[in-house]
Amino acid sequence: MTLDQVIGAGVLAATLRLATPILLAALGGVVSERSGVVNIALEGCMLVGAFFGVVAADRTHSVVLALAVAMGAGGILAAIHAVAAIHLRSDQIVSGMALNILALGLTSYLDYQFYGNTGTPADLAGVPDVSLGPIAAIPFVGDVIGNQNAIVWVALALVVVIQAFLFRTVPGLRLRAVGEHPRAADTVGIAVRPTRYWAVLASGLLAALGGAYLSLSVAHSFTDGMTGGRGFIGLAAMIFGRWTPAGALVASLLFGYGTALSFSLQGASIGSVQVPVQLLSTLPYVLTILAVAGFVGRSRPPAADGLPYETEGHA
Amino acid sequence: MSAETSMLVDMRGIEKRFGDLVALRGVDLVVRQGEIHALVGENGAGKSTLMNVLYGLYRPDAGSIRIRGREVRIAGPRDAIALGIGMIHQHFMLVPPLTVAENVVLGDERGGPRLDRRAIESRVADLEKRFGIVVEPHARTEDIPLGLQQRVEILKVLYRGSELLIFDEPTAVLTPQEVDELFAIVRTLRDEGKTLILITHKLREVMAVTDNITVLRGGRNAGELVTRNTNPSEIARAMVGRELKELRARATPARAEVTLKVQGLEAKSDRGALALQGVDFDVRSGEILGIAGVGGNGQSELAQAILGLRRPTGGSIQIGGVDISKDDPKRTRARGVAYVPEDRHLEGLVLAFSVADDFILGKQDRAPYARTGVLDPVTILRNGGRLAAEYDVRPPNPKAIVGNLSGGNQQKVVLGRELSERPKLIVVSQPTRGLDIAATEYVHERLLEQRGQGAGILLISSELDEIRALSDRIAVMFEGRIVATLDAASATEERLGLLMAGHGEAAA
Repeated sequence: MTLDQVIGAGVLAATLRLATPILLAALGGVVSERSGVVNIALEGCMLVGAFFGVVAADRTHSVVLALAVAMGAGGILAAIHAVAAIHLRSDQIVSGMALNILALGLTSYLDYQFYGNTGTPADLAGVPDVSLGPIAAIPFVGDVIGNQNAIVWVALALVVVIQAFLFRTVPGLRLRAVGEHPRAADTVGIAVRPTRYWAVLASGLLAALGGAYLSLSVAHSFTDGMTGGRGFIGLAAMIFGRWTPAGALVASLLFGYGTALSFSLQGASIGSVQVPVQLLSTLPYVLTILAVAGFVGRSRPPAADGLPYETEGHA
Repeated sequence: MSAETSMLVDMRGIEKRFGDLVALRGVDLVVRQGEIHALVGENGAGKSTLMNVLYGLYRPDAGSIRIRGREVRIAGPRDAIALGIGMIHQHFMLVPPLTVAENVVLGDERGGPRLDRRAIESRVADLEKRFGIVVEPHARTEDIPLGLQQRVEILKVLYRGSELLIFDEPTAVLTPQEVDELFAIVRTLRDEGKTLILITHKLREVMAVTDNITVLRGGRNAGELVTRNTNPSEIARAMVGRELKELRARATPARAEVTLKVQGLEAKSDRGALALQGVDFDVRSGEILGIAGVGGNGQSELAQAILGLRRPTGGSIQIGGVDISKDDPKRTRARGVAYVPEDRHLEGLVLAFSVADDFILGKQDRAPYARTGVLDPVTILRNGGRLAAEYDVRPPNPKAIVGNLSGGNQQKVVLGRELSERPKLIVVSQPTRGLDIAATEYVHERLLEQRGQGAGILLISSELDEIRALSDRIAVMFEGRIVATLDAASATEERLGLLMAGHGEAAA
């Protein structure tokens, strides 16, 4: 095992690449749950984003249209969840899980219908990498960030944007109020349900962008269930990051690093002992369990998270 | 000023139905500009419904509302706010993690989409200066005491330019000192020309601060009184519709045996802080020991420790000379300890169960309710019917679902279960919280009856009136300790209030 295998530029570049889809899902989770709606359908939103992004890229040969279609698909799935959770006041876990199963079945079925056994076409329009020119030439730094994908930069920018939105703007203040104490928000004239609809919709768009990143930036193809639970890991990153975009970024990088490490340490050994890669590759999942089980210290969700808002009706 | 214009609120013949339930049967309410008006009545009398109509949360089925002589329609809180009506809710409508200033301006932030904290805080500070209501604008709301949170609620309403302020049961969560401070604010607001409506059933407060009184009973008007020309018993008569029974003067218990002895008791709170820091006291049979104190000073932990619901970290608890500090609740109860918990929904009852089933909770594994592990539904139902009648549960139907009963009747189910087997010690926590006068009276009578039969009673309550009316001796808890134990006779409200606030008497 060498130092390069642990904190080399290659590992760090991979960390950023692997963290991005988790981060986008986590940002979606932050926005949705800050408004008081638990959206575990983020996994499904990612998956439909990944699939319909590929379909649109194949048909239109336009990256921009592909991303728009991908996010639209995620938005539609999220909208269904929003109607169930906000309007019909159904159990948000059940609704989210049902939509995940729907997304898995739908994409798998359509994938077979459209592309049969041959797989998605090889010449898909992909999201380009961004070469930072002179910066790319700087040793180490250039190797880490010099040639990252455009969506990586978009995701990082979204961290700043959403952090500022939630904590530095009036609409952000209202969204947080709705997630903490919807009745209080209602009594001062804030529209609780519309706020939640927008938040859930935004979460679907964000997760779908993460899915499109997987299929259009990384794999350049679609395979069944290719999101592999990254939507759920994103939710863990959200909890780990205490429902803040900046925290979610740190947590996503940690998860990304765990995965990057498990790749780079393949076949490595300490002295004569082989590093157990299989064990290392469980690291993100172990971290997820720890995060969800609350081992990361007091991490408090928004007070009305997951609770439908009932209007005062009868005495 | 003519009589017409001085009439700020004029509600006539207001009716409101919820399904089959008629909450208001043609109620009139007149409130004049610049007065403090009490709206009193028992639970279910329609006070809150009437105010929710005025605040636009409910639409009335009949009747008219005039504000400053002009007939208005109030379709929602926005309309009410626009008419200068503000409500200070009993359960504060504050977002705990936000700052005081953010809560005050929420929904009416003014200025662009950017959240300018500094501008907001200075605006709130100006408002505070104008009305003499002081709260740190940049403090997080969840970090400040309830008394200050209530001021934030008041500021919220004033910020929106309200001329009429409706206070819904404003003193329910306050210490006596905080109540005094609230009343000072209330008077200041009136002197500033504001009009105030106080919803309450605490007569002492009505007498202390209001100008006029409207009494509701059963959804109807039951009296219009001028405060300085009336007295508490006249108001109570109007509220309840009959004379209240005087609690009989009680004989001091003879030198009875010690039922409960607590020595050096220590226990931790859920958060791991030391909630009980060496508590000593004893309760004799035939005696009521009141534990006074502001909520959160270890009272809950004390009750839980005695019942075996919380393992003490030190000290002893003896029942009839036997240490029970390590017993679980089942063993503790088997020694004749009964428990009326502070939160009957959380600890006292299974709301989804029938009355009969809730009556046998904790006894379900023994005869006559069960034989060889199989429940005997006939006996359970018969027992339920008998206790429901004996404890005046309404409706007296053992099959009724407890969650559908009123708070008072739910409490009667708890009492029936806990008191029916001749307990030696009764630990009672906030027994009348949320109950109206009639139900409160009933609970008090039952507790005194148990005292008369020789039970020792530990009465934990944050209602000073209740503590003083029932207790033989009063112990004051502050920060996990008993800071003083007084004879009921020498325990004035002022003295208790000071002790509760942590101002111990060095000489006492």
